[in-house]
Amino acid sequence: MARAATTTDAFNAVAEPRRRQILDLLAAGELPVNDLVALLGLAQPQVSKHLRVLREVDLVHVRDEGRQRMYRLNAEPLKPIHDWLSKYEQAWNNRFDLMDDVLEELKEAEKADGDHD
Amino acid sequence: MATTTSGTAKVTLPADNQILITREFNAPARLVWRAYTTPELIRRWWSGGHGPVIVADVDLRVGGKWRYVLDAGGFEVGFHGEYREIQEPERLVNTEAYEGIPDPDEHAALVTVTLAEKDGRTFLEMLVEHRDQADRDAHVNSGMESGMQVAMDQLEVIAAELA
Repeated sequence: MARAATTTDAFNAVAEPRRRQILDLLAAGELPVNDLVALLGLAQPQVSKHLRVLREVDLVHVRDEGRQRMYRLNAEPLKPIHDWLSKYEQAWNNRFDLMDDVLEELKEAEKADGDHD
Repeated sequence: MATTTSGTAKVTLPADNQILITREFNAPARLVWRAYTTPELIRRWWSGGHGPVIVADVDLRVGGKWRYVLDAGGFEVGFHGEYREIQEPERLVNTEAYEGIPDPDEHAALVTVTLAEKDGRTFLEMLVEHRDQADRDAHVNSGMESGMQVAMDQLEVIAAELA
């Protein structure tokens, strides 16, 4: 299914490893842009570019504190993805729970056969 | 009882192109292997209750093919692949192609299942490795649509951490 090319939704925005790294850092708490630059080991313009993309899809919020720009995470746009992850895990739970029933029967059958082994 | 395993499957994402599904079973590895590779047993669990499994073909030898198809109420969901490594009852490697996309075999994932038995219980690890990011994206998209798919992306880890 076709999707917009790069950064027009949260899904695409987090496909870039550096931006995922930024989100990970911000998951621990609000950070000034200078700290992000230091933690990432990237040039400021690169970090600013990534932050701009993340802001465009509403994954980060920004506020001014004195002379600092403070960035913080807004995880809400990722919720659909999280919901999907839960669905995937649930699908495997459904399968394996049924496999439990099969295994109980196989164990019973082995026990019944036990005298022969 | 203390040995219940219901609902304990865990999904993690060890690398950008990988999905790892883990689950413990209250049964020895030889029986898990049987349930996992025997067609009439596969038919009982593979659909996860989402419909009858109408195809469960297993040619369990290196280079042999497999194919499963689920009838999901009016449309069919099929997967197929080829066995690459078989070490009963502890390791099975096969390709896995989702038939709901164009050129399924071009986009097949590699699936490695390992079974480790301890004290009569078996710890299953299923590692799904995708070819590249484009495939991951395609799989994630199809997953969002159907809720029954085989792929995942690193970003869901972040989503899970943040939720």
